[in-house]
Amino acid sequence: MYTQAIDLPGKEPQPDSAAEPDSPEQARFDAKLAADQKIEPRDWMPEAYRKTLVRQISQHAHSEIVGMLPEGNWITRAPSLKRKTILLAKVQDEGGHGLYLYAAAETLGVSRDRLVDALHSGKAKYSSIFNYPTLTWADIGVIGWLVDGAAIMNQIPLCRCSYGPYARAMIRICKEESFHMRQGYDALLAMSRGTPAQRAMVQEAVNRWWWPVLMMFGPHDRDSQHTGQAMKWGIKRISNDDLRQKFVDATVPQAELLGVKLPDPKLKWNAERSHYDFGEIDWEEFWRVVNGDGPCNRERLATRVRAHEEGRWVREAALAYAAKQRAREAGQAA
Amino acid sequence: MAQTEWPLWEVFIRSKQGLEHKHCGSLHAADAKQAVQMARDVYTRRQEGVSIWVVPSSAITASDPDDKAELFDPAVDKIYRHPTFYELPDEVKHM
Repeated sequence: MYTQAIDLPGKEPQPDSAAEPDSPEQARFDAKLAADQKIEPRDWMPEAYRKTLVRQISQHAHSEIVGMLPEGNWITRAPSLKRKTILLAKVQDEGGHGLYLYAAAETLGVSRDRLVDALHSGKAKYSSIFNYPTLTWADIGVIGWLVDGAAIMNQIPLCRCSYGPYARAMIRICKEESFHMRQGYDALLAMSRGTPAQRAMVQEAVNRWWWPVLMMFGPHDRDSQHTGQAMKWGIKRISNDDLRQKFVDATVPQAELLGVKLPDPKLKWNAERSHYDFGEIDWEEFWRVVNGDGPCNRERLATRVRAHEEGRWVREAALAYAAKQRAREAGQAA
Repeated sequence: MAQTEWPLWEVFIRSKQGLEHKHCGSLHAADAKQAVQMARDVYTRRQEGVSIWVVPSSAITASDPDDKAELFDPAVDKIYRHPTFYELPDEVKHM
């Protein structure tokens, strides 16, 4: 789905203490970045670059995995078999995205268990958007349209990230996100052509999701502590505010077509800027949700931890079975 | 049980008949059979493949990036290995 990790509180990446700033390795690394070449897993890289990537990629992976929960909530209640199969496929995609990303993070020398532990212990963050509840079926459409739409906006520049495995994972993910967004908009279109009650349901869902979706792009550029270094490293390509503006500009006409009103009285076309102006985000809410006090933070994490604990015997049984098979084959060979 | 994390496998997919298998990522699985099944679900949800190879990541020996110059630079000055090195008279036409 998407990552805010680069902007979330964490240790500021420090300039590398191990390598001299003018070491030949550092020079080769800098030259590669300057030439827009990719860094690959076994290449030398500054420790701070490695740490920043582990943090961002793993938190991105966590977001995909936790992102399955708000939608999974509606699989059994989808209004038709068609919508149910679509939603199942979408949630399965999110799981797949999490796996591509965990695999990319692991190429940086960190184990899957450690990454998952960091999520379950609350040390690692995931996107704030998944801490909001999905109250009606329209929420599922809105998640596809707006949440995945915002995610696409954010993820397309990540396809050009300087770290090869992350960039390659993002290319796969972006291809699939397009389906996510379109199925959401399609579900909302169907409702908007339905009864007044269905149209009201769409509007009500848009009212609840609009502002949290704008928060997905992270803090204002002036408050975004990691952006400068991440830009230099080619991990981040476009600033939070620029992406947010791009998203608003793209979304307004889609909302008009859908016949919904975006809940912002300040939203207005500005001919001089050739962009839409929009109101101020409630940053207090943003930080509250990021720091663990959103409507669903505790429930989401508890659900993840429970699923992991309850699956433990399966993981152990699979390993035991594999060991038994190996022993049996060895016995036959002897 | 000492080992709790499933081993890591590298996944190679043949995207269509006639093309080579190409590395597409990795995943954790308890054994080879499960790795193939999971690769199907993780990497070929949209007909991306017609055949899957899985290899234990630990079985791969890779060249060291530090040896890059030593390994690959010797080819740099052997331009005579390329057909374009040879300037032939126009009369030869296609060769």
